[in-house]
Amino acid sequence: MPKITINGREIEVPAGVNVLQACEMAGIEIPRFCYHDRLSVAGNCRMCLVEMERAPKPIASCAMPVGEGMVIHTDTPAVQKARNGVMEFLLINHPLDCPICDQGGECDLQDQAMAYGYDRSRFEENKRAVSEKYMGPLIKTIMTRCIQCTRCVRFATEIAGVEDIGMVNRGENAEITTLERAIDSELSGNLVDICPVGALTSAPYAFVARPWELRKTMSVDVMDAVGSNIRVDARGREVLRVLPRLHEDINEEWISDKTRHVRDGLSRQRLDRPYLRIDGKLRPVSWEEALTAVAERLRGLPGERMAAIAGDLCDAESMLALKDFMTGLGSPNLECRQDGSKVGGMGAPRSEYLFNTTIAGIEQADAILLIGTNPRWEAAMVNARIRKRFWQTGLPVGVIGPNVDLTYRTLWLGDGPEALHALARGEGDFAETLRKAKRPMLILGSGVAARPDGQALVALARSIAETFGMAGPDAPEGWNGYNLLNRVASRVGGLDLGFVPGEGGRDLEGILSGAERGEIDLVWLLGADEIDMSRLGEAFVVYQGHHGDAGAHRADIILPGAAYTEKNGTYVNLEGRVQLGRLSVFPPGEAREDWTILRALSEIVGQPLPYDNLGEVRQKLIEANPIFGRLDEVRPAAWEAFGVAGDTVPVPFALPVNNFYMTDPISRASPTMAECTELFVMPKLAMTGTEG
Amino acid sequence: MKVTTYIPPQPGDFEFTPENIEKAKSYIARYPEGRQASAVLWLLYLAQEQNDGWLSVPAIEYVAQFLNMAPIRVHEVVSFYTMFKRRPVGRYQIQVCRTTSCWLRGSDEITKACMEEAGVSRFEEVSADGFFSVIEVECLGACCNAPVFQVSNEHYYEDLTPESAKAVMKALRNGEAPQPGSQTGRISSEPEGGLTTLTTLQETT
Repeated sequence: MPKITINGREIEVPAGVNVLQACEMAGIEIPRFCYHDRLSVAGNCRMCLVEMERAPKPIASCAMPVGEGMVIHTDTPAVQKARNGVMEFLLINHPLDCPICDQGGECDLQDQAMAYGYDRSRFEENKRAVSEKYMGPLIKTIMTRCIQCTRCVRFATEIAGVEDIGMVNRGENAEITTLERAIDSELSGNLVDICPVGALTSAPYAFVARPWELRKTMSVDVMDAVGSNIRVDARGREVLRVLPRLHEDINEEWISDKTRHVRDGLSRQRLDRPYLRIDGKLRPVSWEEALTAVAERLRGLPGERMAAIAGDLCDAESMLALKDFMTGLGSPNLECRQDGSKVGGMGAPRSEYLFNTTIAGIEQADAILLIGTNPRWEAAMVNARIRKRFWQTGLPVGVIGPNVDLTYRTLWLGDGPEALHALARGEGDFAETLRKAKRPMLILGSGVAARPDGQALVALARSIAETFGMAGPDAPEGWNGYNLLNRVASRVGGLDLGFVPGEGGRDLEGILSGAERGEIDLVWLLGADEIDMSRLGEAFVVYQGHHGDAGAHRADIILPGAAYTEKNGTYVNLEGRVQLGRLSVFPPGEAREDWTILRALSEIVGQPLPYDNLGEVRQKLIEANPIFGRLDEVRPAAWEAFGVAGDTVPVPFALPVNNFYMTDPISRASPTMAECTELFVMPKLAMTGTEG
Repeated sequence: MKVTTYIPPQPGDFEFTPENIEKAKSYIARYPEGRQASAVLWLLYLAQEQNDGWLSVPAIEYVAQFLNMAPIRVHEVVSFYTMFKRRPVGRYQIQVCRTTSCWLRGSDEITKACMEEAGVSRFEEVSADGFFSVIEVECLGACCNAPVFQVSNEHYYEDLTPESAKAVMKALRNGEAPQPGSQTGRISSEPEGGLTTLTTLQETT
């Protein structure tokens, strides 16, 4: 622990930090542009100059490691003058277009020019201009504003793993370019965040709002099961943008493009009033009529003739309300696994369906086995974490299933269950790698668990985990390397709540075939759009949700609910971490928060649900499963028996997501996501027809 | 106002000749395993030589593929170094030094004369006969013999006058090999008009 003196104060800092970080620890702000905690050090903006005793000239504090006995000054006239000078040079070629710049109000250059710059310019020559670059549909470029900090180049190379951005030419002609190619990365939106000036700005958000007009709500994302922490910025009744919020254990400070840009889907295809199918056509009705119509349908209907399916974006509150409602009517036919997965049935141990290693835990792994999954598209932040670990250590990653580009080096072991069997028998080099690894982990794709032979494959994966000391008695203390990669936000919460078939209840296949055969008369779809609607037969379908997607098209009655930005909801992410999403804007039109719809209906049906406000619902949630009482906490799940050993079918693994940009009703309604699909996904589909 | 540009993608194809593939492999072998990217400058020179003195986009991407590098990384290298040309060049590139010493000694006239002789009106334009392209470069380090031009990164022609510059170019066009070095006949950078010091050998005692 070296001791250094900063501005006359002696402090002790951890070895290996640089002077800039040491100054931060001492509570002194150092201005910077090119330096970013999560990127490599470039040291090219020179804004962080400080004085070091016995050095002939100011040093760039971001590039200077601390040494024992260093004496640093950050408040001398020389430092001030150096900052002034650097600032003046940076502004030489920077246009004075702040009034029309989207970065205005949240621009590092603007803020630091105010704090450290001169108040006028002495530069009288011509400024240079740089032609705009094409970087795809999500990033708008105004390259004249670029100050060549190269943060974007380093982000693309190091974090996103797509070497598409570079700095060409030199000196005055230097410029950032992608050579007119769109950046094919699901993390590209973060380039806008790390750009300290207005050179890279969000294209869908261009000229939409000023930061000080926006109402900011701290929330969580539901586009995948990661539960990225986000800030939802809204003005009036519309969500205008979504930004990442720091959470070291989940998304660090990045989010995926779907999380960021799906927001324009929130104002399209919305269900904003109840509809009732009369003479084959959906007609708008009042809430009273709609609820009465449902109540009439329910009257006298035996429990086993009705069923409920919860969708991918549901909050725990609405699932609890629906579960209580259905149970009250005597129906055990509940299902929250729209993909037909068998994992996590009644009484299943939590370790079966969680990402037990935790996302932050990936940074301790030294070998990873991916089974039938493309984490890049199923959980982009998990993939970013694997990439981070790979960037640090170059750890071996084995892939069984479709061999897709994951932005890091992988070893392809086979495409189906045979490869898994071979590995279980200890055959091949990768088995040796796993055996030698101290903290190996495997990630089982949700698509594998959803296969007809899913339970056997889960059992096989479990035995691999035990054989190679990933989990169980042979694993290191506190290490659990068995992970199921859930990809939908509601899944873990639904399973924790027990939104699964009860005693004698039907699972997804049972509900669908029952509806087909006329054994089920009423199906309640709570935002469920991914099932095969044609199999619902003659059943009366109640669709409760927020978007006019597959479910609403089939529905006989539509009860408009709230999207994730419009309600206070509890979500459990794939690690089993309970987080709160918060209301940012109110639902449009007559739409209501989902649990309140069920509460109102229960009154009419004559089986009132035992809660009248959100606090009481959450109390019930905690009673249903105490896990809901522990916010933002991951409790290790006990390693218990799960899976059913059996025969596997020698069919290659297929990926559950074949279009990252369109996986749910909101993203399917988003024009931005449609544009990305056309540009990034369609060419790949045309190429092989099997790309996942 | 100055607007920067870079070269747009071009059609075309590029591949090393079998001899150059062998050469390229020998260059790569000079670096440790996993550090093949270090050979990028060697390979770019090789590609430039094979591609008539300039690097087309397909050539750059071929080198990137050869070294398993991202194309943008090679574009960065090519655009950084002035020795790599990204537009077609004449068989002989006349690189006129324009830095202080040469400029004071009349490099502007030399440039003008060279462009006249080549029959071009702007820098980097290839003459109609394909023989010449003219550019100005920064200090070539031959200030004692200013003004100076270099031909295709190779020979220096020094102590130029507009006439002697044209004469050198004529000779090149005729397929002759004009004598590099001073065009006034002095030996390397000796003073003009003969030696003024060390004129006699003095025996040391």
